[in-house]
Amino acid sequence: MATKKAAKKKPPKQTKSKLKPKAKAKKETSKGDMVTVFIMGKAHEVPADATIMGAIEYAGYLIKRGAGCREGFCGACATVYRIPGDYKIYTGLACTTLVKKGMWLSQLPAIPGQKAIYDLDKLEPNVATIQKLYPEVFRCVACNTCTKACPQDLEVMDYIQAAKRGDIEKVMDLSFDCICCGMCAIRCPAEIVQYNVSLLAKRLYGKFLSKNSLELDKRIKEMKAHKFDKEYKDLMTIKRDKLKKKYYNRDLES
Amino acid sequence: MYPEYMRPSLEKVAQSRNKRFELAKSGKPVFPPMMAEEREDVLSKFHPDYKTESRRKIRIGPNKGDLITTEVADMLESHSRISPDPFDLSSPDYETDILIIGGGGAGTAAAIIAMHNGAKSIISTKLRLGDANSMMSQGGMQAAVTPQDSPIRHYLDAMGGGHFDNKPELVRALTEDGPDVVKWLEELGVVWDKNEDGSMYVLHGGGTSRRRMHSCRDYTGAIILRTLMDEVRNHPDKITVLEFMPIVELILDNKGRCAGGVLYNLETEEYFTVRAKATIIATGGYGRLHIRGFDTTNHYGATGDGLVMAYRAGTKLMYMDSVQYHPTGSVFPEQIAGFLITEKIRGAGGQPLNKFGELFVFPREPRDVESSAIIRECVERKNGIETPSGRVGVWLDSPLIEMLQGDGYINKQFPAMHRQFIRYGIDITKEPMLIYPSLHYQNGGIEINDKCETSIPGLYVAGEASGGVHGRNRLMGNSVLDYNVFGRRAGKFAAQYIKSVKLGKLTLEHIHDYEQSLKNAKIKTDRIAPILLPSYTPEDVRKRQLTASYEGTLR
Repeated sequence: MATKKAAKKKPPKQTKSKLKPKAKAKKETSKGDMVTVFIMGKAHEVPADATIMGAIEYAGYLIKRGAGCREGFCGACATVYRIPGDYKIYTGLACTTLVKKGMWLSQLPAIPGQKAIYDLDKLEPNVATIQKLYPEVFRCVACNTCTKACPQDLEVMDYIQAAKRGDIEKVMDLSFDCICCGMCAIRCPAEIVQYNVSLLAKRLYGKFLSKNSLELDKRIKEMKAHKFDKEYKDLMTIKRDKLKKKYYNRDLES
Repeated sequence: MYPEYMRPSLEKVAQSRNKRFELAKSGKPVFPPMMAEEREDVLSKFHPDYKTESRRKIRIGPNKGDLITTEVADMLESHSRISPDPFDLSSPDYETDILIIGGGGAGTAAAIIAMHNGAKSIISTKLRLGDANSMMSQGGMQAAVTPQDSPIRHYLDAMGGGHFDNKPELVRALTEDGPDVVKWLEELGVVWDKNEDGSMYVLHGGGTSRRRMHSCRDYTGAIILRTLMDEVRNHPDKITVLEFMPIVELILDNKGRCAGGVLYNLETEEYFTVRAKATIIATGGYGRLHIRGFDTTNHYGATGDGLVMAYRAGTKLMYMDSVQYHPTGSVFPEQIAGFLITEKIRGAGGQPLNKFGELFVFPREPRDVESSAIIRECVERKNGIETPSGRVGVWLDSPLIEMLQGDGYINKQFPAMHRQFIRYGIDITKEPMLIYPSLHYQNGGIEINDKCETSIPGLYVAGEASGGVHGRNRLMGNSVLDYNVFGRRAGKFAAQYIKSVKLGKLTLEHIHDYEQSLKNAKIKTDRIAPILLPSYTPEDVRKRQLTASYEGTLR
């Protein structure tokens, strides 16, 4: 951890380092609008425009579980919350969801979810595979809770319905942007682990249903036949200024 | 929503759009690309690496006397988290063929290939499996696949982008393996963007002379890494994954070979020892060091841990003076400051514009050149747009993409970017984004050869932690390729190496030696590394954290 001495020399890194230090100092002294939020039940005053993750760190927590990419791609920061005067349970990613006044929030450190073990080479891209590996998919009651829980706004229920029909391409397409945060699975009354079904369908599509690229196969053949070996050797041994000249004279595809 | 005062500038962007569209459609360059002298000029004046405070001489270790990035030098001149004395190395807690440090792209690829070559492995990862920069790459992966392209052109582009400082054998490996990596990933189930006839859908990236950027919409890294992770998890008998269990030091044997590492359980705070016949460092980069105070596009755990461990064990670092700033980090709204805006935006026709709605640089220069030109436009020419919190940036015109590629293209090809901004009331199909360079990539790293070997027998490095592949500046799409190419190579060559190795007595003596060299150089510091997690705790909270010997825990 950074130390007192180091801290004196250099201010500790803030979530938001500024390009203009003066503006930063101004903002910190003016303090801005603050709201009270309840982090796992404990009240904290945090900036009104903070993300949930920013608020947790502003309050002084060192996050171990519950932070990953911090940009909405990894699904590490699944968070559930309620708002005063509202009966609903809300779900969101801590890194991209803004705090609200009176919000009561808790991060989910990990989501338990079963994953089928399989040899992809031996599978077929059809409904029988889904039936075998994730039979609980057929327990779906089409309640749409998964879709409502998805922080990516994906049509989760629709892709589960597609999985029931064995429409692998549809599952792949509708669930392409899934970040595996697990919110759907934790809310599902049929106890389906939607994100793992999505992952299976994507792999089935990529391997078995996506059209083959003939150009790619041809290039791989050329590589195996060492077609470019001599050119590599030449380029790797010529003088730097000659290489430079070649580079700046190369033609560009529009 | 953009504040009212930005409206006049936004209108200028909209007004110039038709003219820019006509030029882009004509196929002519929309702005003259820079030649060698212009590149050198803008870099020397505006790239953050060229500021004198950016680098300092490191006082100890294999690179002693070299100028390296200041924050990295600070991190390397530090104490170990452990004292070697209490560790009983005669009976290790874990034994395996290959210890893989890091659960991102390079680590998972290495584990899979090592398995296919008969080796069992342990993946030790600080956060969850897949918590890595690999998960966040959006735009794509380079590979020379089309008939008008060749791996030789790819080689030349990568060398020029890296200012010809790249290690030739590594660039050859990178470009030569490219097509096979595309195929390998597809056979594992990666869903590539394709044309109707099945040929690969490819775009340009900065510094490419041919279209060779392969993508999975703008979730390229997520699709690839989740596929690799799923494959790892399909083999629990061959690959053991230890999450929230980083390695904090390497273990050597009495013949100077790498023989495993010391594990730290982040939650129970216990330490364990791992004995392994070979070790692969795949710990990624260092964006969370916030070099020169920059925001970063990197994930939470990008704290350069592998560099410290390898350096203490005696390996040399290469090009550790070179930092990559991604040209297009977000600067507005404040909540997403520093976030990555994929280079694929410019690959698809997006343009950086100043406050007058004018292009001021060719949109697809190599990253360091593009970033420096953006900094020049803001800092020297004062043609940037200031945000309410005092940041400055230039526009990145995305609506132009819809005009060039057709309606609906952004929703289809950039769902992540669209989602990122629509949350804040900005529709990137209609309005541009506001951007400024953001700390993105560690150009240098631990020196390797084309088998991923280091100067320490049994120690391999793959991915961002290694140095030399990209010279002093990496091109877009070459890091996704890098972690696949060198992850696979590390797995393969480590699996071959372990067949003949017989380890001797295990030792942590090099930790004592490093401590001694700190003393000899009269370096007084209370820094401890690997850093593991960056701290974003505000100063007023820190002042109250008064537990004696406070070290981030209450124990």
